[in-house]
This record gives sequence, structure tokens and C-alpha cells, in this order.
Amino acid sequence: MNLKDRRLLVIVLFMLITLVFIARLFQLQVLDPEWKVKAAQITERSVTKYPSRGVIFDREGRLLVGNIAVYDLMVVPREIEDLDTLALSRLLSVDVDEMKSRLKNASDYSTFKPTAIAKQIPSDEYVNISEVIGDYKGFYTQVRSMRSYPDSLAAHALGYISEVSPGRMEKDSYYRLGDYIGASGVEAIYEDAVRGEKGVEIMLVDVHNNVRGKFEGGRYDSSSVSGRNLTSSLDIELQKFGEALMRNKRGSIVAIEPATGEILAMVNNPAYDPNLLVGRVRSSNYGVLLSDALKPLFNRALQAKYPPGSTFKLVNALIGLQLGAVTTETYHSCRSGYYFGSRRLGCHSHASPLKLDYSIITSCNGYYCNVFKDIIELGETAEEGYKVWSEYVSRFGIGSKLHTDMTGEVEGLLPGVSYYDRFYGSGRWKAHTIISLAIGQGELGVTPMQMANMCATIANRGWYYTPHIIKEIDGRPLTDSTYTVKHETGIDRKNYDIVIDAMEQVIIRGTGRGVKYDDTAICGKTGTAQNPHGKDHSIFIAFAPKDDPKIAIAVYVENVGFGSTWAAPITSLMIEKFLTGETTRPAVEKRMLEADLMHAH
Amino acid sequence: MRTRSEIIGAVDKPVLLIYLLLVLLGWINIYAANYSVDYPSIFDTSREYGMQFLWICIGLAFGVGLLMFSGEFFRKNAILIYGGVLLLLIAVLIFGREVNGAKSWFGVGGFGIQPSEFAKMATALVIAAYLSDINMKVKGLKELLITILLIGIPSVLILLQPDAGTLLVFIGFLLVMYREGLIGNIIFLGIGLVFVTITTLFFIKTEWTLAEGLVVNSGWIISLLIIGLGVLAFSFVKRFILPRFRKQNIRGLIIIVISSLITVGAITLIYQSDSILKPHHKTRIDVLFGHMEDPSGAGYNVTQSKTAIGSGGLLGKGFLQGVLTKYKYVPMQSTDFIFCTVGEEWGFIGSSAVLILFLALLLRIIHLAENQRSAFTRVYSYAVASIIFMHVLINVGMAIGLAPVIGIPLPFFSYGGSSFLSFTAMMFILLRLDSERLEVFR
Repeated sequence: MNLKDRRLLVIVLFMLITLVFIARLFQLQVLDPEWKVKAAQITERSVTKYPSRGVIFDREGRLLVGNIAVYDLMVVPREIEDLDTLALSRLLSVDVDEMKSRLKNASDYSTFKPTAIAKQIPSDEYVNISEVIGDYKGFYTQVRSMRSYPDSLAAHALGYISEVSPGRMEKDSYYRLGDYIGASGVEAIYEDAVRGEKGVEIMLVDVHNNVRGKFEGGRYDSSSVSGRNLTSSLDIELQKFGEALMRNKRGSIVAIEPATGEILAMVNNPAYDPNLLVGRVRSSNYGVLLSDALKPLFNRALQAKYPPGSTFKLVNALIGLQLGAVTTETYHSCRSGYYFGSRRLGCHSHASPLKLDYSIITSCNGYYCNVFKDIIELGETAEEGYKVWSEYVSRFGIGSKLHTDMTGEVEGLLPGVSYYDRFYGSGRWKAHTIISLAIGQGELGVTPMQMANMCATIANRGWYYTPHIIKEIDGRPLTDSTYTVKHETGIDRKNYDIVIDAMEQVIIRGTGRGVKYDDTAICGKTGTAQNPHGKDHSIFIAFAPKDDPKIAIAVYVENVGFGSTWAAPITSLMIEKFLTGETTRPAVEKRMLEADLMHAH
Repeated sequence: MRTRSEIIGAVDKPVLLIYLLLVLLGWINIYAANYSVDYPSIFDTSREYGMQFLWICIGLAFGVGLLMFSGEFFRKNAILIYGGVLLLLIAVLIFGREVNGAKSWFGVGGFGIQPSEFAKMATALVIAAYLSDINMKVKGLKELLITILLIGIPSVLILLQPDAGTLLVFIGFLLVMYREGLIGNIIFLGIGLVFVTITTLFFIKTEWTLAEGLVVNSGWIISLLIIGLGVLAFSFVKRFILPRFRKQNIRGLIIIVISSLITVGAITLIYQSDSILKPHHKTRIDVLFGHMEDPSGAGYNVTQSKTAIGSGGLLGKGFLQGVLTKYKYVPMQSTDFIFCTVGEEWGFIGSSAVLILFLALLLRIIHLAENQRSAFTRVYSYAVASIIFMHVLINVGMAIGLAPVIGIPLPFFSYGGSSFLSFTAMMFILLRLDSERLEVFR
């Protein structure tokens, strides 16, 4: 064999190697996407630019919910040098073992990406940290914003913010681990408006994690868009006054502007300071509030179902008038109650027989038993009569969710025909069986919000807008049809005028005499809801002024007895405060403010 | 005596052209790897690219100077040059500067000289001179041992530095010995099969999706590759080799192809069988060939290098756009890992083109070697081709994760004076020797 031929093998070897290398390059560069992903991972840093959350003003433009700066302490583990863990944990007032475990978690997550080692440090603590943090290599602070409530008002209505849940993150790709989201109340309902839009900045970093410039000259960067500001319909002064009046009482106040459905005040007690549920202390405080026997997290205005009591006689009067079951000249006699079969529904002593207007003024039980019986018996059967009646009642917003712009609202209870069929059997119940509905007792369950809305409906002589607590987004009125479409009751205006005249008399000479503070025409109605668990609830609803209603209000004070005793004076003070901007009866005010009706029993 | 222009006119144009192209590409890539807006000039000698330009100028002047010497000069003085380099290799062990744990540098002011770089050229010259000696009648065991000794002495001296990379290059002289008949086909086949084994083990975990649902195992790919190359070589033999040798060649070819296929099959079988390999053996193999995360973390360089090259994609990110190389994610990117810059900025097309340029250079050198009347020139040319081949094999192999991490420059590309001057000298001596092809027996 000729040695010259051996060149062939050498040539084949050279070609083989070249081919193998080219095949390998093809695999790395064309087939396998892994390396491109990896390259992006190690060279690109997405820096999220957080928008500031929209703030909330009250109806007069006063700050209701604001933002304050807090600081996150970030660490890039690979940049740490000569760390004195003990000093650092002292600086942050954190246990040294806790600090070690946080540092370990951070480096387990990533050695070159920043991790928050301490979150939401308030600015007073930040001052101390900022002085020395420069000496700690690998640490830096990052400003974040946190909610603040200058007057600590309306906690239930406004809701709170928490870290986004894994379930929500799955549904909405906007959110990333550790992001904050409105968890309840207005914060949750208007989340999309107030959260703004996050921005992103993609930086190129070198092997030492130094930023070397923007990725593709910033082509894929976006700046953050601040959240939109909200204007609440709440009146801070009225809200503040309401919360003061309800201190040490169990109950709720809801005030609505009838013409618009705007909520002027929504007071619950027991309540909590909304500032407790922000920042680092949120989860521990939440636990404390949750286990509090007084249930401060319970949003009575939207969640408590009370019998409406005598205030409901107004609705029965209106339905009766509309259906012809009663007229202004109808007399019924009341002999300290209403007798049906061998049973009696009691009443207090008053003149008898009596007409419609006086039945409202004196809140006669017997009269309304007759009216209710006549309404039900207009139908061929009790079922049919009841259907007509309950249809009218539901048009006052009773028995279903109002769909206010807050979370946690309940339906209340307006029983349907099937409810009684199930209870007594079909065709086996009649007006007398359910006679307690005549005076707002029995199965009925109405929230303070529904009650205030019912009052606003009467004030409007027959219609309402769904109550809402936010009136403007970025200065523009709401466009959501939920709040811009009128709900009509289908009851004639003239019937309202009859009832409203009587309501005015309630204040002038009836059960609500204590409400009057000057010559402003106030229309109201007391209520006393029987409560199987204890003393009756004191209820009052009212609106004023009579001919141009500016405020409709419902006041519930639990377990304190007659409506005229507690609910009426509170109603009076609230109306006076709202309409005149001041209060003129220091004795009444002092008594209401100082009364402790919660701890006495 | 020929004039200067005659000499320059007689040098092989393709080799010169490819050489210049590779030098230019190397310089551009060194510039890209170290580019900084503060030092935008490619001639700025405070930067590596400016220095490389300086070396290129010095190298070219040096090379043209070498063209003025006659081939006979190199042949006669080969042993002197060889002896001189050996002295330098000894001296560097005593007086050398220690860089990265190896005593391989002489420091002269700001410059450093690496004798081992010149040892390759000197060894190439000395074995060419020895094997072309007119007195040599047969090439037997004695000649083989002397050749091994000539290669072995500088190898051992370099091993003492220690410089494993340069040592590996000396293994390339096996190709020369094979071509000159000092070692037979069987040994060569053995070396070839070792290579096939290594390749198989590298790709053993790889599955390639050729099309939707058509996933093929690496064993098949390599087998197909071998068969394809066999067919290629077959047609090559049929086309160029005289008929009387054809049969023999084809037989040899068939032996190579079949034994390669058997090796691929056997390795795949052994690897996949649980009874032959113990789990810890398999783990060791997996770590060595990168199928498992290297526990010591020494795989960092290779991962960064593969990421840089892999992220280049088909067409690359473009000149000066190589983020990974520019921002120093890849270590030693202007010397050992210069190929990353090519891969990242010029993509699959660019890096393949560079490999093909090297292949073209190698094939052209082999072509020139076989056309020589002078045995000295032939042996020398083969030695040069082998040295360049080994450098590309190890350097590029390392960058794309097919060879262990061994620091060794990519010829003409990598930054560094000694390496560049050494390769340039090698090339220009080759060009000078080749230009004398027609006048050897005149």
C-alpha cells in the first residue's frame, strides 16, 4: 500500500471533526432553545416599577385614604461581604436566628437577584437604617408605598389590601408573588381603577451584576401608570361624628343622599382602626381582630339582618294605599292589640278607632294587622295576595343584594311563597299565619343599608338609585349602570305624600318628638325590633328636609329598647350635623357620646 | 537567487488568503469581545485589540522576513532551532514567571514570551528534517523511537510547567508519523475508534427531533454520519485514486466504517445496560461528558460558553451585540474562549463558516504537502496541519462542550503575541518551502 493514500484517512478525520462540530453548533444554536432562555435569564434583569395606588378623597375633596412611603430592605446575596449578622439583626430588631434563616432563604432563591429581607419598614425606623446601610455590602433599600388613613375612618367600607393569593395570581397574570391587591371593601371593588399599571425596565447586567444599559435601548420598557384617584361620597365630618356617637354601642348608621344614592356615612360599631391592617403588622393584627369576642371585623351595615320593626309599617301603608286595601279615611279599631282566633298581637294604648295618618304617628300595631290582612286577602288565595305584596316589598330593595360597591353584602330575607309552603304546607297558611310581617317582625331580615335605602326611596317618593360609596373615578362620575339606573317602586306619588305627611307628624307630635332640632321639616319613623336573644333593638329612620330631601338615614342600636330612646336622638344629631354643619344641643350630644350601652350587659 | 517579488509571487495564494482572513476575523472578534465605548478605536494599544493589531503588524513583518530565507536554511538549522527552544523550555522552568500556577512565561517588560508556543514549530522542523534525511532507508523501530524521543523531550518539558493543552497538541504528531509510515493502519484505526467512542459518549443522552414524532437517538445519528462519510470517502477514492489501489482502499474504508459502527453500537449497548456498568461508573461517565451537573462547579466556564454560543441562534446577534461576551460572562474570552464571540455575534452561519475556513486551510495544506518533491516540506506541512488541527479540535471542542476545558489558543484568532507569532512563523515557513516546490531538483 502506498503511503500517499494514507492522506485520505487524515482528510476524512479533518472532515469528520468539522462535521461533528457543525452538527453540535446546529444543536446548540438552532435546535435547542434552552440556551437562549438561559442567556436572557442571566443577562436581563426586569425591574418592576410599581405605580402608586390611587388615593381616595371624601365628597368635599378631603383625603380619606392616602399613601405613605415605607421601605423594603433588599439583599443580593452574592454581593454580601463581611456581614455582621448580629449587628444587622439588631438594626432591624429581628432575632438573629430569624435573620440567618431569612438570609439563607434569600440565597436559596437566587444569589444574584435581589430579595426583600425586611419589608415595609416605616420611615421613622428607616431613618436609623439608612444612616448605616451603606456599610453593608449587598444591601440596599427600596421605597414602596403603603395605605394610610389620616382619620382612621370607615374601616369596613374601605376594606384593606393584602398580598395577592396564589389563586388570584393564576387567574390574573398581572399579579406576581408579593404584589398587593385590594382584598375587601372599596379597595377590592375598585382594584382595577386604583392599582394603576406596573411598568418594567429591562436592564442588561454584566457578570458582576452591574447594570450596563437598557435591553435593546429600552424598546421593551414601559413606565408605570399611577392608579386613578377615587372620590368617595362619604362626608368625613359626618362619618367622624357618626363613629363618635356609636362608640360603646353595638349597631350601625347608614346615611344616604336620596337624589343620588350616594352614601354619606356608613358607621359600624364595634369597629377597628383601618391603620391596623396595613404593612408589616397587618397579619398579626388581623388575627387579633378575628378572635376578638366583639367581632370588630363584622360589617353590620351590610351584613347584619335585623327585623325592620315598626318602620316597616310605612311600606305596608304604601302598598295598602296603592292596592286600595286602605285609604286615608279607613278606620280600624285597636283594643290594645289585634285579636285573631284565640291569639292577640299586642299594642300600646292610644285612641281607637283610628285612621291611617294616626296609625303612623302612634305606630299602632293593630291597624297594620288589619291593613296587611286586607292586602293579602285581595288575592284569591293567600299565596296570590302574598305574591303581590312581596313583589312590592322587593321593589324597595328588600330581600336581595342591593349591589353596593362594597364587599360582603348579604341579601337579607324576604320569604317567598315556597318558604311558607314548606313551613305550613301549600294552601295551609293565610294572612293571620304570617301576621307579624304586618309590623316588620317575623321572618323579615333587613340590613341597615337596605333600611336606609328604603328610607331614601320614600324620601324620593317612589324610586332609588343603588347606594354607592364611590361617586367619581379621576373626577369623572361613575358610568356603571348599576348606579345610574333608577329603580321604581310602582307606587303612586300621591300615596307617598300621604305617608310622608304622617312621618312629619311623627316628629312633630308622635313617637319621634325628640328628633326635632329647629324648624327644618324632618320625616321619620321609630322602630323597635324584637330580638329573641335579648333586649329589643332600637331603630329609627328619617329623612330631611321634607320637600327637598338631602339626607335619608337609618340608625340601629342593638339591645337597648325603644327606638325613641337611643336611635332617634342619634338620628337627630346626624341630620343636624349634616344639614347645618354643627350641633346645637350639647346636653343630648354629650349623653349620646358618653353612653356606654355595650359593656353594661 | 530569486527576487523578493518572485518569491511573493510564488507563494500559495489560497493558504495566504485563508490565513489573512482568519487573522482579520480574529482581530475583529477580539475587538468585539472587549469593546468599550470609552475606547472605540480598534487601534488603541491600551486595549487588547490594539495590542493584537500591533502583534499582527509585527507578525506579518516577521513572516515576510522569513520568506527571504531559503528552505535549505530551515532544514539545515532545524536542529539548532530545536535545541534553542529546548534550552528556552528548560530556562523557563527555572527563570519563568508563574501565571495561573504554570511556569510558562518569560517576562520582558510588559511583554511575555511563551517558549512552548515556539516548541511546536521547532519540533515540526526537527522531525521534518530527521524523517527527510537522505540517509534514511527504511523506517523501522529505531526511527520510530528517535521520532518519539524528538517529540517526547519538549512534551515532557512542557508537562513540567505544567501546560496540558500544549502537551495535547504534540499528540497531533501521531498523524505525521502515520503518514510517514512510522505507525500502521491498525494504530491509526485504534485512535480513530477512541475518537468514535468519545463522540458516542458525548451524544449518548441526546435525542434529536428531526420532525414531529420523529425522535432519533444519538447512536443513529452518529452511525448515519459515519456511513455518510464512508460513502463520501468511497466516491473520493473512486474519483482520485489509481485503479490498481482502488480495491485495497475500498476494503480499508469498509473496515473503518464497519468497525466504527460496531463501536457506536457496543458503546451504546454497554452504557444502557445495567449489568455491565455499575451505577457509580455510569455517574462518573455522566459527569465527565456533562450529562450530569458537575458537583465541583467546574462546569461554569463551559456552561457560560455554551450559553453564549447557543444564544447566537442561526444568524447571530450581530457585530458588537454579543451581550454575554461583552459583559464578561464568558471567562478568557479573547484567548481560550474567543470562539464564543464568533458563536454569539455571528450565529450558526458565522461559526460554521469559521470552521469551514479552518477545514479548507487544513485540506489545502495536505494538498500542498502531497504535491511536494521534497520530503522535508511534506513532513513539515503535515506537522503544521496536525498542530492547527489539534488546536481547533481542543479549543472549539471545549467552547461547545465537546472537549474538556484545557486552555489553548485558537490559531490566528486568539489574543496573544507568542501564539500569534508562532503560528505566523509556521505558516510563512510553510509558504516559503512550498514556493520552492518547482526548484528543488534544479
